[in-house]
Amino acid sequence: MTETFDNELIEDIVVKLHKFAATQLPKDVSDALKTMYDQETKPTSKAALKTIVDNFTIADETSTPMCQDTGIHIYYVNIGENFPKLVGIEDTLRKASARATKEVPLRPNAVNPIVGGNSGDNTGNHIPYINYDFIPGVDYLEITVFPKGGGSENMCALGMLKPGQGINGIKKFVIDTIINAGGQPCPPGVVGVGIGGGADIALKLAKKQVMRPIGERHPDPEIAKLEEDLLKAINMTGIGAMGLGGDFSTALDVKIEYAHRHPASLPAAVAYQCWAARRSTARIYPDKRVEYLTHKEV
Amino acid sequence: MAEFHFTTPITKEDIQKVKIGDVIYISGTIFTARDEAHERALHLAEKGEKMPIDFENLAVYHCGPVVRQIGENWEIVAAGPTTSTRMDLFEDEFIKTFNVNVVIGKGGMGDRTAKAMKEYKAIYTAFVGGAAVVAAKGIKRVKEVHWLDLGTPECLWVLEVDKFGPLIVGIDSNGDSLFKEVALKAQENLGKVGEFLGITF
Repeated sequence: MTETFDNELIEDIVVKLHKFAATQLPKDVSDALKTMYDQETKPTSKAALKTIVDNFTIADETSTPMCQDTGIHIYYVNIGENFPKLVGIEDTLRKASARATKEVPLRPNAVNPIVGGNSGDNTGNHIPYINYDFIPGVDYLEITVFPKGGGSENMCALGMLKPGQGINGIKKFVIDTIINAGGQPCPPGVVGVGIGGGADIALKLAKKQVMRPIGERHPDPEIAKLEEDLLKAINMTGIGAMGLGGDFSTALDVKIEYAHRHPASLPAAVAYQCWAARRSTARIYPDKRVEYLTHKEV
Repeated sequence: MAEFHFTTPITKEDIQKVKIGDVIYISGTIFTARDEAHERALHLAEKGEKMPIDFENLAVYHCGPVVRQIGENWEIVAAGPTTSTRMDLFEDEFIKTFNVNVVIGKGGMGDRTAKAMKEYKAIYTAFVGGAAVVAAKGIKRVKEVHWLDLGTPECLWVLEVDKFGPLIVGIDSNGDSLFKEVALKAQENLGKVGEFLGITF
């Protein structure tokens, strides 16, 4: 029988990833917010951006969660095909969720939608939500902790467009969603767009996009151009940081991915991530070596 | 963009000095209430029951904090605002019933609340969403906690604050709304957005 991997080690790493994600923005996000603060000219948005920069700076210095909404717990688990055998990973991740809730501390955010009541430790039915994937040809395990805030999640949208509406219909759907959201999803954030596939696929793709680094463009030049155009267009709306009116601070970036669609449908999904665009990733190797990709280990 | 420093209880006179886009800081006592605490307070008031504290001329904060209990004491770890529009369902009645004159939250509130603010001389101020650490810095201590059965995010935290802010005035006591202005401006901007993207709205 093949030897199984050390689950306690995974648990410890995931707790650490939670602490990183909650207290320290990835550098691409903090740099982008600082640049935006320098650029913004409208006093209301500039004041909001100043508070945002002050806030994440102190959060980092004091290892305190940067936002009281420490999110619902979502994990992306990418398993290298040559990684050792994993047994009971789901149980390990649920334990890590509960432990991080106590140790960081994180706000308990898992509520029973049917009978009410907060579970108190961020675990519940299907929560934490775990996305599994396989990576061909590698021997490591890559785990991303993605705590997702509720305010921005409430502004996500799915449009089952008619194929005849085409790419212009998608552009319009994205802009309408952003205008409708206004200041509610805590702009300036990252707008993820998923196109095609099906209702669930479009939403999944959209949500996955908000984890891509700020400034990174899609490898397909046409998609890259659409990302740039939509970013420029969203910032032309004047919504600004926290919806207080601003010329440069409605969105940090726009990220797009597509899947081929059914001939009869054109799903378009918008996922919104707030300015506290938190994520943390670690790679774990078979020899138990750990590499943190988004944060520096102190 | 004027700056004001207020200490609770805040007078109606002070409230009427501020205009949308101004910045205020609050010292004294504020209390948190989200959806469930609003609902409970109004429900109890309807039955003629007393509130755990007198809300009059205080500030209500739309916030579900991250807290830590150390022995008998509670410590606020992170305390940024939650989305205020959810409280549009209750806020006009809440202002009318309890004479609260400052509402603190994020993202703005709707016409129904703005109307009540004009009528009863109250203001809505926006704290930067998620700026939980800056918020916690302005909170000196937890004075009291009530309705813990609602869970720590939803219950009623009574907080002593010092220069709590910056709070950007989003709705003033004339019922003017910065968020409405921005929304109207965004609608106006749709023309040039459409032109740039080659689409019509």
